[in-house]
Amino acid sequence: MNEIALSAKDFTTDQEVRWCPGCGDYAILKAVRKVLADIGRPPHEVAFVSGIGCAARFPYYLSTYGFHTIHGRAAAVASGLKLARPELDVWVVGGDGDFLSIGGNHTIHVLRRNIDLNLLLFNNAIYGLTKGQYSPTSAIGTRSPSSPEGSADSPINAASLALGSGARFVARSADTLQDHLPEILKRAQAHKGASFVEIFQNCIVYNDNAFGPITDKTAGPDVVVRAEHGEPLIFGKDREKGLVFDPERNQFKPVVIGDEATRDQIAHHDETSLTLAQALAVMDGPGAPMVLGVLYCAPEATYRERLPENYRTKPLDRSALSDLLLGAAASR
Amino acid sequence: MLDKTKNDTTKIEAKRTQEPIVVRFAGDSGDGVQLLGAQFVRSAADSELNFFTFPDYPAEIRAPAGTTFGISAFQIQFNSDTVLTPGDAADVLIAFNPAALKTNLTEVKTGGLVVVDEGTFNKRGLKKAGYDADPRDAGLGEHQLLSIDISKRTLEAVAETGVGRKQAVMARNFWVLGLVLWMYGQNRKPVNNWIDKKFAKTPDVLAANKAALNAGHAYGETMELAVQSPASPLHVSEPYRVITGTDAMALGIAAISSLSGLETFYCSYPITPASALLHALAKIGSGIRTFQAEDEIAAVCAAIGASYGGAIGVSAGSGPSLALKTEALGLAVAAELPLIVINVQRAGPSTGMPTKTEQADLLMAVFGRHGEAPLPVLAPATPGECFDIMLDAAKIAIEAMTPVIVLSDAYLANAAEKWIVPDAEKLPDLRPSRDLPDESNYHPYLRDDVTLARNWIIPGTPGFVHRIGGLEKAHDSGDISYDPNNHDKMVALRAEKIARISERCPPAEIETGAEEGDVLVIGWGSTYGALKTAVDNLDEAGHAVGHLHLRRLWPLPRGIEKIASRFKKVIVAELNHGHLRRLIRSEYLIPAEALNRVSGQPFKIADVEAEIHQLLNR
Ligand code: SF4
Repeated sequence: MNEIALSAKDFTTDQEVRWCPGCGDYAILKAVRKVLADIGRPPHEVAFVSGIGCAARFPYYLSTYGFHTIHGRAAAVASGLKLARPELDVWVVGGDGDFLSIGGNHTIHVLRRNIDLNLLLFNNAIYGLTKGQYSPTSAIGTRSPSSPEGSADSPINAASLALGSGARFVARSADTLQDHLPEILKRAQAHKGASFVEIFQNCIVYNDNAFGPITDKTAGPDVVVRAEHGEPLIFGKDREKGLVFDPERNQFKPVVIGDEATRDQIAHHDETSLTLAQALAVMDGPGAPMVLGVLYCAPEATYRERLPENYRTKPLDRSALSDLLLGAAASR
Repeated sequence: MLDKTKNDTTKIEAKRTQEPIVVRFAGDSGDGVQLLGAQFVRSAADSELNFFTFPDYPAEIRAPAGTTFGISAFQIQFNSDTVLTPGDAADVLIAFNPAALKTNLTEVKTGGLVVVDEGTFNKRGLKKAGYDADPRDAGLGEHQLLSIDISKRTLEAVAETGVGRKQAVMARNFWVLGLVLWMYGQNRKPVNNWIDKKFAKTPDVLAANKAALNAGHAYGETMELAVQSPASPLHVSEPYRVITGTDAMALGIAAISSLSGLETFYCSYPITPASALLHALAKIGSGIRTFQAEDEIAAVCAAIGASYGGAIGVSAGSGPSLALKTEALGLAVAAELPLIVINVQRAGPSTGMPTKTEQADLLMAVFGRHGEAPLPVLAPATPGECFDIMLDAAKIAIEAMTPVIVLSDAYLANAAEKWIVPDAEKLPDLRPSRDLPDESNYHPYLRDDVTLARNWIIPGTPGFVHRIGGLEKAHDSGDISYDPNNHDKMVALRAEKIARISERCPPAEIETGAEEGDVLVIGWGSTYGALKTAVDNLDEAGHAVGHLHLRRLWPLPRGIEKIASRFKKVIVAELNHGHLRRLIRSEYLIPAEALNRVSGQPFKIADVEAEIHQLLNR
């Protein structure tokens, strides 16, 4: 349909971007513009819905349709939009406060309903726009204006929550990984049903370096596994490490290949396995890497596809309305 | 057997009456009293009678049998003439057990007839109801008592059908129905037809219910109980049907999609008593989309999302539901999107009395948002009007690009009346203009000069991509703006847009009674029938009393001040502590008096009359 090739510029508005210099959101915006151009749907067929927070300013910077709503409720608004306009490509953007705290309920339910939306969680583990309070993904002990002695709450594992909510597509990436994030976004967009992407995003002002070296060019490979379907779960600068299942602890553990395990013993990724996805999502312990990539992708009928046929019918015409109104009326 | 010592029916005379008749059924939640009422309505409607019903039930689904707090009641007033209320007090009460008698005896007219099921007036039943002694022994004061062993007679009647004891006892309501149909000369046929359809899959239950119905009817006949049948009503040529406020509202919502050509997207979260609306719409299915959200906030937000997408978002709930939706309503005000939020009001605060009626959400509806967030508020006055009000709400929402709140209540939602079915061809056209503005200077907050509504361009439209949201925007570009003068201007614009709605709507008019004189009674919503009847009565008695009933509560209709100035005194009657009165006082500086009751029950006509009398004499 779309004959004219689109570029990132076609998705750029005249609005001045107002994030702090160095904020990870810039990198995500760049990736999203590129992805939208690559996908090639004309801008008027795309809509971005957001809640409140730094991340939620996103729609203003994209020349698609956009709705900046209220805190936590973007998924609910987007659900209504997508059900009313199924032909649109609808994206939901929010931070960890938006998606996991005030809007946690909507996140759970939009995922289990499997409404065909692309949900992008910008996880910076802090409340940025309200000036730096600890968030639902902040590590225990996070010092912030609202927790000067360190926070006591344990953080939510967003990918695990999404999997537990019944999401059929769960992925992870990070803001500045421009050789990774765009591909993940494309996969998310192509997935039919709700797709959930957790993007680790650096808040340079209030929570700099919260996710450690995962986006660092030199240190990154040692702490990140890039999971690929059917491929062994290998990492390390020289791809010398891998994940094996540890029957003693009943979870994955990192090993040095050749030292602690043979290459054949390294687990392979299977994105259709929910059990594997959960295990990778919650993996912790000494030396445990962060697993990025598509953790889980197992398409199933979408909400709309599961609805009864008459749900999709057009408004009644006047004669059908007349029949409805008369119903059991006595006509004499 | 009729116990002659306890029964005294000699005062009942056979007659064909013009007077309205009020019958009340009361029993355990599990006794099928509501079903009994609905079936009696079926028969009354078949005779073209006019009626108004009042189901009065507890929040408990099945409270322990025989206790006073589990009693469910159904009251109906019927007549050949117009009927506007379920009646202040019952001519006949049928009490299924001692607890029903205890809780409902006060609802019977002096001299009224009380029928009880003798079979339940045993030690256990009396104790559960909290009676120390059998109340029948001392007589029921001014009331006449008819004690029949309905339980035993029902069991005997259904013995042949082979149903189990439990099912047999359940048939008591049909026995009672048979008796009452006899007493009021009503036809059994519509009920029999219904039984045939409803119980087609369980032939034994079908047979038992029919046997019980016939036995009750035969009992009335053999006992020669007086028949008091209403005079034949005027023949109606238009089609009509029995309708509850809930069903009328559901049809109204369905009609919106048909008349506007827009999909209607109904989103809600279950809550008493509004859930019935979700059920009714889900059942209609075609042409309407229902969405059961995860919570109240999601419900209204999904509706907003649908409206953003070019549908009409509708979200309904009760009391607490509206409280939870306030932030989202603010968004709809700021984003200027059409939206209809229905509040089937119930007794509050907090959980209050979920199945009981009240009008105490008016000020929340008008003002209950942060910031300056004006929006129109409408209220239907009768079950049938619940249909019309939805079309009004949609028209206003589309025309002014605004959220609209509709205030119904528990009483209206459940009450049923005879409804003349509107001709679908004559219903208004609600299609919005879809003319696209000039692409070059386009921004989403371009307004219509007259209505001040912003243009409504649907995502998916080429050439008009735009962003909207809750942040303040510049009046002339739609971009985010923190400019002080701009905000001042936008606040004024949004207020003016709502104010202008009343210019396009008909002015206030006296409903009934005097056009000028001593007392003007102002009411709104479901109190219509009681207020109108009270004023009619006073008017007939020669008092200069007028009744003004508002359906548009915000912005208030034009002309109220003028009408009020023609009366010496103004009294605002409502089931709250003076919400509309405050609005009237503050808007017009009229020293309006208050007629308030907040009991969870509708007004009694007699109470309203008495209070107006007092005011007349002051
Ligand atoms: S506060 Fe943090 S998240 Fe927000 S814009 Fe600044 S750097 Fe980005």
